[in-house]
Order: sequence, then C-alpha cells, then structure tokens
Amino acid sequence: MTALVFLEHHEGELEKGGLGVLARARAIGLDAAGVVLGSGVGEVGASAGGQVYVCDDPALASPLPQPRVDALAALVAQSGADTVLFAASVLAADVAAGLASRLGAGLNWDLTDLRLEGEELVGVRPALGDTVIADVTWVGAPRFGLVRSGAFEAPESSGDATVESFSATFEDFSTQARMLEQAHEEASGPSIEDADVIVAGGRGLGKPDNFALCEALAKELGGAVAATRAVVDAGWYPYSAQVGQTGKSVSPKLYVACGISGAIQHKVGMQSSGTIVAINKDPNAPIFDFADVAVIGDVEQILPKLTELVRARNA
Amino acid sequence: MKIAVCAKVVPDASAHKRLDPATFRLDRSGESTLNPTDVNAVEEALRLKEAHEGEVTVLSLGPPKAMEALRKALAMGADRTVLVSDDGAAGSDLLATTALLAAALERESADLVLFGQASSDADGAVLWAAVADRLRRPLISQVANLKLEGGELIGKRQTEFGYDVIAAPLPAVVAVSDAINEPRYPSLKGIMGAKSKPAETLSLADLGVDAAAAGEAGSRTKVLTLTPPAPRGDQVRIEDNGNAAEKIVAYLAERKLL
Repeated sequence: MTALVFLEHHEGELEKGGLGVLARARAIGLDAAGVVLGSGVGEVGASAGGQVYVCDDPALASPLPQPRVDALAALVAQSGADTVLFAASVLAADVAAGLASRLGAGLNWDLTDLRLEGEELVGVRPALGDTVIADVTWVGAPRFGLVRSGAFEAPESSGDATVESFSATFEDFSTQARMLEQAHEEASGPSIEDADVIVAGGRGLGKPDNFALCEALAKELGGAVAATRAVVDAGWYPYSAQVGQTGKSVSPKLYVACGISGAIQHKVGMQSSGTIVAINKDPNAPIFDFADVAVIGDVEQILPKLTELVRARNA
Repeated sequence: MKIAVCAKVVPDASAHKRLDPATFRLDRSGESTLNPTDVNAVEEALRLKEAHEGEVTVLSLGPPKAMEALRKALAMGADRTVLVSDDGAAGSDLLATTALLAAALERESADLVLFGQASSDADGAVLWAAVADRLRRPLISQVANLKLEGGELIGKRQTEFGYDVIAAPLPAVVAVSDAINEPRYPSLKGIMGAKSKPAETLSLADLGVDAAAAGEAGSRTKVLTLTPPAPRGDQVRIEDNGNAAEKIVAYLAERKLL
C-alpha cells in the first residue's frame, strides 16, 4: 500500500500532527511518503525522513484548501498512491474532503488509530461522542483518512528526507478565494494539536485573568493551554484554543481540566486523552464521571501550589 | 441574491443516540431537531437577505419526517425548503451525500451556498469542501464573520493560528462557525406563516441521480464492527484539604507523567 501523508507547516516548521501520522503509517507497514505544499518551502520537508514530495508554487502561498486539492490530485495520479492521510486541522479537513470529492473516493475522519489487516487498511473511529468505537474501512481506492489530533506521537527525529519536486496545474475555481490577511498569532509553547500535556480552563476559573494560572502550569509541564466554548464565547481566551464539539478534538497524554464542568460538548473533544485530571469545587460536576483523578477543590488555591511543586521537580 | 442553506436534521440532544447494530446506521426513529450549528447558517442567510434582498432556501437530506424539523427554519424566516428523501439514499457516506446535495444545489443555482459547522451526530466537518469541489466553486470555511461587499464575500476564518481574512467572488460556498451569530427565535407569526410556505420533497429520480451513486451503493467507506469503548480505570478522588497539589504530583510522578 503506497501512502501519501499531508505535512502541514507553519512559519517554516512542520507540524507535529502530520509527522505523527507519517510515523504511524510507516510503522504499520505502509510505503509512506510525506507531502509538503507551499511557496518557498524547499527545505521545510527535509526533516521528515524517507521520501518527501514537494510542490513549490506561488498558488500555494496562502494556507487555502482548494489549490492543495489540485496539487494532491496531481500527485496521486503521478505517484500511483492509493492512500492519503492527514492530521486533522481546519485546513486539512477541507483539503481531504475536497480531494475525496475530486477523486470520487472515500474519506473516514476522526480516526484514533490505523492498522493493516492483510491487504485491508482499518481505521478506528470513536462515534456518537465516543460512546461507541467503530472499526471502519474503505471501498476501493484511493482511500482518504483524517486522524484526530494527538492520536500518534511524532518521533523526536525522522532523519533526512529524499526530496522530490512535483508540479501541478490549478483549476480556475480553486484560486478564486484569496487571502487578504493571514493570521499571525504569537504562539508560546506547543499548540493544542501538538501538545503532550494540555491544561484547560473553563468558567470555574472565575475570571479571565485566572487563565494565567493555567498558563503557568502549562509552561512547567511543557504543555499548551486549552479552553471551553463557554469561555471562548465570553472572550476570555482565543478560539484557536477551544476544545470540544465546535472546536478541536485532542488526545494528549495528560489533560488537566481546571474549573470545567464537563458538558458533553466539551467531553467529546477531550475524553480520549490518556490521563484526565479534573479540578472543580462542585463535587457533582459531570467531568468527575470520566476523570481519572477527581480533585474537589478551588482552582485558585490548587493551581499555584501545583505549578510550584512541578517547578521544584523540574529544577 | 439566492441563498441555499444546507442543513441536517439530527436526533434531539436529549435523545439517546445509538447505531443500529445490523445496519451500522444511526437510529433516527426518535425525536429530531435541526442540527444546532446549522441554525447559525440559517440565521446568517436571513441576515444577508435582510441586508441585500433575495431568497433563502433550506435544503436537506433525510427521512420524510425530517421535514417537521426543517419547518423551524421556515418559522425563522426562510422562504422554502427542499428535502431530498429516498430509501435509496439511506446509508450515504460523504461521497454519496456530496453527489446528492450537489445535484439538488445545481437545480437551485444559488449565488451562495451556506453550511453550518460540524453536525452533532456524525461530528463531520467535511461536507462543504466536498460539495464546493463538486460544484467547482470557491470555498471559505470556519467563518466567524461574513460580509458581502461589492459583489464579493469577505469572511473572517477561525484557524489554529488566529483569524484569516479571505475574499471570494460569488457564486461561492461558505461554512460558518457557531461563533458567527446568535440565532433568532421564531416568532408566533413566523411559526403560523411557516405552514403555508413551499416545502418540496425530491427523490433520486427527481434529481436525476443514478441509484448506484447514492446510499451504500454510492459510498466508498464502510463500518466493519462496533464495540463499546474500553472503560477507564479506577478513579482516584482527592478532597482538597490543603494538600491536593501534593497528591496530584504524586499520582502523576508514579505514572511517569511529569
């Protein structure tokens, strides 16, 4: 099975999500190459190991999905790949779905694992708010898959890649949308998609300023800060950090939920995390129904102490 | 301006959602409702109509009874509904759904096709991109703010890195975020008026879609098995008596999470 893995990049760095999917694809025995699309991206893919295809074209300068569909469709035809995998992101979802439509093929999404059963690729797809786990597959080829954030760990290093360039032609409709202003949010530390540890805050933090408590702990744990929809809607924290049904689905090794009640809309975005520690002063908060560690107490008291203890251990 | 809103009718939030173990399809026999984030798309369509005039059509794919839930959109102010309903369409995956919706949209020749965010049953956030490609139209997704200026759409798009601002000419496909607006509640007058608005049901034959392109025949993905999720291990409960932080650190250290 020959697979292509879409490697998203930001500010000249490959995102860990795509590298994790690439590593997993190779580990289960797929002949998997990375794909880097952009403008002026010559060296970006060089650290992905193995084979990496690069399409460097001004039409791919902005992170817009439709020209990427053209490029990947061209590469599927040129390389004969039968599988294309993506780490979930706002961009990747649009690219994957557009490509599935273009090539008349199947797309499975929100996958938390992949395996080969003989000649069949099987994906694991938690459904209905993770209340049931479906094993899914594809009818015919090519096959397209979107993998949930954090499902696969990116290797420390993938080694040097053999980079091969390819070119594509772009459909008129694909280049009609144009970027007027591209987001440049100052990121400190890993994004929630890439983080092994997430410290998340909800209404129970009491006030926006208390996100600083989450940020301090996240810094000591080497993690990222996430937020519930309620506090994003209230303007306490940016949407890019929103976890839940209308935000990101994440599965870090450790998820520390601070002042989060655990409504179903949030739960579906984080319940596949490795270990869930929940701190809430309401002993009846729904999050305690599925947390590994249920801490009944005040986040304002506990978080600074916890941060201090972790800092002492790190020292 | 002609606006078509693609909306899904999903099981009500209070309903226990289950997949039929024989067909692996969602059991849609219980109470159903308009997918909450699609209501934001209906609202945005109504605001655009109010600002620029035009017609708002709400288009859906589902069993015949889905029409009841679609009436909510009519009560909010949409002009008409079109429901694609056919036994041959049941079990459609993304590809088959795209073929059906695109065929229905081609009949509408709308200037703007609007989608809401992820559906609350399939959790997908993929349909609009597939439909846009099929219709060969520009796409802006995850739009938290939408304006029409000089015949061009300008959308503020939520991404992992902040907000992009993207422009696209009409005709176009736009998927809105649930952050874009606060949907209105239908007025009593709206609810009464909804009953007399056009509500059309179309079959595969009406759309001219081959049965082989719809339902399971037209799908390129399938479910092999369903299993219950693995239970989480035993829970550790900590009541804070001033030493919760120490206990959390001990727990994490023991599991090599620090």
